[in-house]
Amino acid sequence: MGIERQTRAYTMAELMVTAAAREIRDGEVVFVGMRLPLLSFQLAASAHAPNAIGVYELGIIRNAPAPEPILTMGDLPNLYRAQWLADTLDVMSLLQRGDVNMSFIGGAQVDRFGNLNTSYIGGITPGKIETRLPGSGGACDLACLAKRHIIIMTHEKRRFVPRVDYITSPGYGDGTGWRERVGLMRGGPTAVITTLGVLRFDPATCEMILDSVHPGVTVDQVLASTGWELRVAPEVRQTPEPTTDEMALVRRFDPQGFWTGE
Amino acid sequence: MMDPMPTTKLISLSQAITQFVPDGATVVLGVGLESCIPFAAGHEIIRQRKRDLTLVGPISDMLFDQLIGAGCARAVRAAWVGNVITGSGYNFRRAVENGNIQIEDHSNLTLALALRAGAMGVPFLPTRTALGSDLFSTNTSLKTITCPFTAERLTAVSAITPDVTILHVQRADAGGHAHLWGNFGVAREAALASRHIIICAEEIVAAEVIERDPNRVIAPGLRVSAVVHAPWGAHPSPVPGYYNRDHQMFLDYQRDSQTPEVFAKWQAKWVDGAKTSDAYLELLGQERIAELRLKNHARAEAVDYGY
Repeated sequence: MGIERQTRAYTMAELMVTAAAREIRDGEVVFVGMRLPLLSFQLAASAHAPNAIGVYELGIIRNAPAPEPILTMGDLPNLYRAQWLADTLDVMSLLQRGDVNMSFIGGAQVDRFGNLNTSYIGGITPGKIETRLPGSGGACDLACLAKRHIIIMTHEKRRFVPRVDYITSPGYGDGTGWRERVGLMRGGPTAVITTLGVLRFDPATCEMILDSVHPGVTVDQVLASTGWELRVAPEVRQTPEPTTDEMALVRRFDPQGFWTGE
Repeated sequence: MMDPMPTTKLISLSQAITQFVPDGATVVLGVGLESCIPFAAGHEIIRQRKRDLTLVGPISDMLFDQLIGAGCARAVRAAWVGNVITGSGYNFRRAVENGNIQIEDHSNLTLALALRAGAMGVPFLPTRTALGSDLFSTNTSLKTITCPFTAERLTAVSAITPDVTILHVQRADAGGHAHLWGNFGVAREAALASRHIIICAEEIVAAEVIERDPNRVIAPGLRVSAVVHAPWGAHPSPVPGYYNRDHQMFLDYQRDSQTPEVFAKWQAKWVDGAKTSDAYLELLGQERIAELRLKNHARAEAVDYGY
């Protein structure tokens, strides 16, 4: 513990990209979101999950990393030798049918049951709205329809709140049985990868539990950065560091450090 | 009744916007999500000082923010409004936070289905998304229903039937037949749901170029109202086969939209100061244009449509 940031061979974002990539199992169909997940999918497909298949909401399916670095899923290298170029409704239909194993979404605000807000901070009426965020995009669909989803977040007390102001992307609602009650037929978040650690969900209560802390981060730091009394796994592990091979791949996909620089 | 011998639909961008985007219209833009966003058409809407538009689109990478900043929009029906690689759209944020715009919050799937319902001529379509979300509280086009066959709880998405969809494509003929390739986003749904379609094309080609490859035609020409020659008209978004995404423009826009004052300067330079595609390209500069052009061509084999 206590390795100084400057002396590390990787940035926090690189650690998060790697941790997210490791959630992808070989052969899985992955609905790839914007930002860090763009890199995580390419990393996984180049490392431990060569048979993973990437699905992108603008209507792309591809099973290999783009031949050149990309900043958005619509960058032309991401279309080159894709396995399918189609309609948003086509790829969303795959998702709705249950053909997508996992997906990633990011958020501004999350609560203990993994409900995610990327729409409104404060309230929904003028005067009450403190901050208007960009909205769902495909995130609500991924949270509702993928077999599981992974949340990627900055870990701060103002973002980790007891109850989100607005559910853009449903997690487990108010706990056990909620997804079934509202009509969601599958899925739910299985991990939250933050700037401090990795959290998972108690299968019995659907509540978030601290599973691992990143190197140099203490459990107390995580607790102090969480807006409710966070449950902690009996034995909190340290998030595995990226290997040299993984680091080389991340830097190949993000050579300028646009997503993973300091 | 369709005209058996269609006359040319080729008109100027300015004419197309004047004729088919009246004040108060519901307009679909940015159907490709990150690609083929009709920025040139959006900028012409700003130059013509259109007002009270309802903007419809899934992601609208940056263009909606510009139209909102310029005061053109009364309402937005979208899944996401911002700048994809930087996050927030500041004009959008200001307008919502100050109560200056009406918002209907969609997901990409509910928006695609709303347009598909419009395209199909049905009042709604069912889906399993959005259940349990708060989209229902900020979108009156969504309601929960019980399936008449299975008794499952579902989301019903009300149809959207826009006045006009503006599609940016690679090539079109003067009669309104257009080739689009790459990812399609919600292009088909939006085009078929709308009363009018404006095609903005990188190139205008002979009808036979389009006819020789009918699978690539994105919407039936009989539904197209106007064809516009708009080279580089999707810049800074990418167009497959033509040019790459100009990331720098999106990065600069984050700075250039942070306050109404800097946005006004941005608009004066890039919209009001570049009234034609030639003027816009001159502003962009030869070096930048050359950098964005394709470096690696990857042509597909021709297919045989013969008999």
